[in-house]
Amino acid sequence: MTPPTPSATARALDLPARVSPTRREWVAFLRRLARRRTALFGLCVVVAVLVLALGAPWVTTWDPVEQDIGNRLQAPGSVDGSGGVHLLGTDQLGRDLLARIIFGARPALLVGFAAVAISGLLGLVVGLVSGYFGGWVDDVFMRLADIQLAFPFILLAIAVIGVLGPSLPVIIVVIGVSSWVVYARVVRSEALSIREREFVQAARALGVRDGRILLRHVLPNALTPWLVVATLDMARVIVIESALSFLGLGVQPPTPTWGGMLADGRVYISTAWWLATFPGLAILVTVLGINLFGDGLRDTLDPRLKV
Amino acid sequence: MRAYVARRLAQSLLVLLGVSFVVFFILHLTGDPALVLLPPDATAEDIREFREAMGFNDPFLVQYGRFLAGALRGDFGRSVRHDEPAFDLVAERMPATLELAGAALLIALALAIPAGIVSAVRRNTALDYVSTVVALLGQSMPTFWLGIMLILVFSVRLNLLPSSGRGTLEHLILPAITLGLFTTARITRLTRSGMLEVLNQDYIRTARAKGVGGPPVVWKHALKNAAIPIVTIVGIELGTLLGGSVITETIFAWPGVGRLSVQAIYNRDYPVVQAAVFLLSTTFVAVNLAVDVLYTYLDPRIRLK
Repeated sequence: MTPPTPSATARALDLPARVSPTRREWVAFLRRLARRRTALFGLCVVVAVLVLALGAPWVTTWDPVEQDIGNRLQAPGSVDGSGGVHLLGTDQLGRDLLARIIFGARPALLVGFAAVAISGLLGLVVGLVSGYFGGWVDDVFMRLADIQLAFPFILLAIAVIGVLGPSLPVIIVVIGVSSWVVYARVVRSEALSIREREFVQAARALGVRDGRILLRHVLPNALTPWLVVATLDMARVIVIESALSFLGLGVQPPTPTWGGMLADGRVYISTAWWLATFPGLAILVTVLGINLFGDGLRDTLDPRLKV
Repeated sequence: MRAYVARRLAQSLLVLLGVSFVVFFILHLTGDPALVLLPPDATAEDIREFREAMGFNDPFLVQYGRFLAGALRGDFGRSVRHDEPAFDLVAERMPATLELAGAALLIALALAIPAGIVSAVRRNTALDYVSTVVALLGQSMPTFWLGIMLILVFSVRLNLLPSSGRGTLEHLILPAITLGLFTTARITRLTRSGMLEVLNQDYIRTARAKGVGGPPVVWKHALKNAAIPIVTIVGIELGTLLGGSVITETIFAWPGVGRLSVQAIYNRDYPVVQAAVFLLSTTFVAVNLAVDVLYTYLDPRIRLK
């Protein structure tokens, strides 16, 4: 993870950093990260959202999809007939807004993790191969990256989802497959510079095969910037997931989604301000937490990284 | 110089060729474009005839060749819903989208560059913290939520600005702020880090040692060099703005390409979607080509690479 402190001999020979950092290095890294207050705060927010999403049924007593028409559009803090408090009010079908926001974290995080896993893996492979081998392979991948970047992302995504139909797997795959470029570029530039280092040349001179060099020497060094990109990309993907559900092309009702709730809230904007306000705040806080953590991670691991 | 421009031009054409293939392929994603285009209640007979008429039985590459030949002449077929050429529909809406994106970019530059400079020059002061926090919030805030909140405050509560439509300058304010916020945040952060980097360079120290002090160092020596990454990001941000117009135009009922495309997707009017994606991508590629050429004036080293 973090570049470990090499021994004097290793420094002299410019040998590769050991692949797995020891426990002490991990502790040192975490300590440096913890010194950044904002990063720590971001991490706390992310963990809190994660815990709420996983424990949703135990955190709230309200059912996020059960309708109660008699209690529709109740203001925040209102109490219903049986004495239950709707802390953030109810929506146009009498459903508890807080419960829906807590359950809404589930699709957001699920799409976030799954799409980042797909695009991160794609970008990692493309970046390693492109940077290490160079030549025509590199040319082809980089032109593909240019083509990918030429599209207005949301528009292409909704066009494809419109044709295939909005379902959870389609949404994840569409976002995942079309977000690989940033990863590929960062990993590629890392691979390009490591390829020229003496330890790689030495390994090659000793007859080590390319696949092994890539796995043992290039990959561990490229993982640091990759991790930073993945963290910050997660924030972007969560915003995209809510944008898609806002447009009605995300995970379909009755599953509560933050974007879908915002779309409903927009309709009642003049009578029920809370409907659009709170789901948006949920997105803002989650994304802000991830961004703060990602920024801290970047500053700790690799301050020169431009992402 | 000429060789560089020629190479970039060739590259851009290659990218557009790739874009055209992806746009063509959208219809073939499910394997049967006839089913995508026809209403769900079409009979087997209708589908068979439609396939024949549209040439969907021809080999794949022949179909792509025909699509590309059409696209080059601005022919993307007719809109299923409006019974008008799809290209004309999109081209009609283009000025509205460019107006919105242009206004958003203007707001972003007008706010972000001074904010970024002040942040860098007055590093670690209250001013720097405020600008940094605002930029961070701006980068984390979903566009559509900001738009709705602006409508809630300025249209519903204060009744100051219209919440939808296009026409007067008042109509432009809320959508342009909404669309521009993310870009503002990005450019602020970039300007700040770019200026900080430049202010630490030897030539700035030399200028200061020679007695050039205060603002002239910032404006004449530092900003010119910090401008290079800013110019690049402006080209890339235009892509963000064109893409973001899909959401912003939907919220504010702005009659541009973005809103047209969203409606076209709901109506399964795919020729219009294809024309819109192609036209927006072409605009983006063209602007970035222009930016790259402009770049060679700012930084002559690039020509030599």
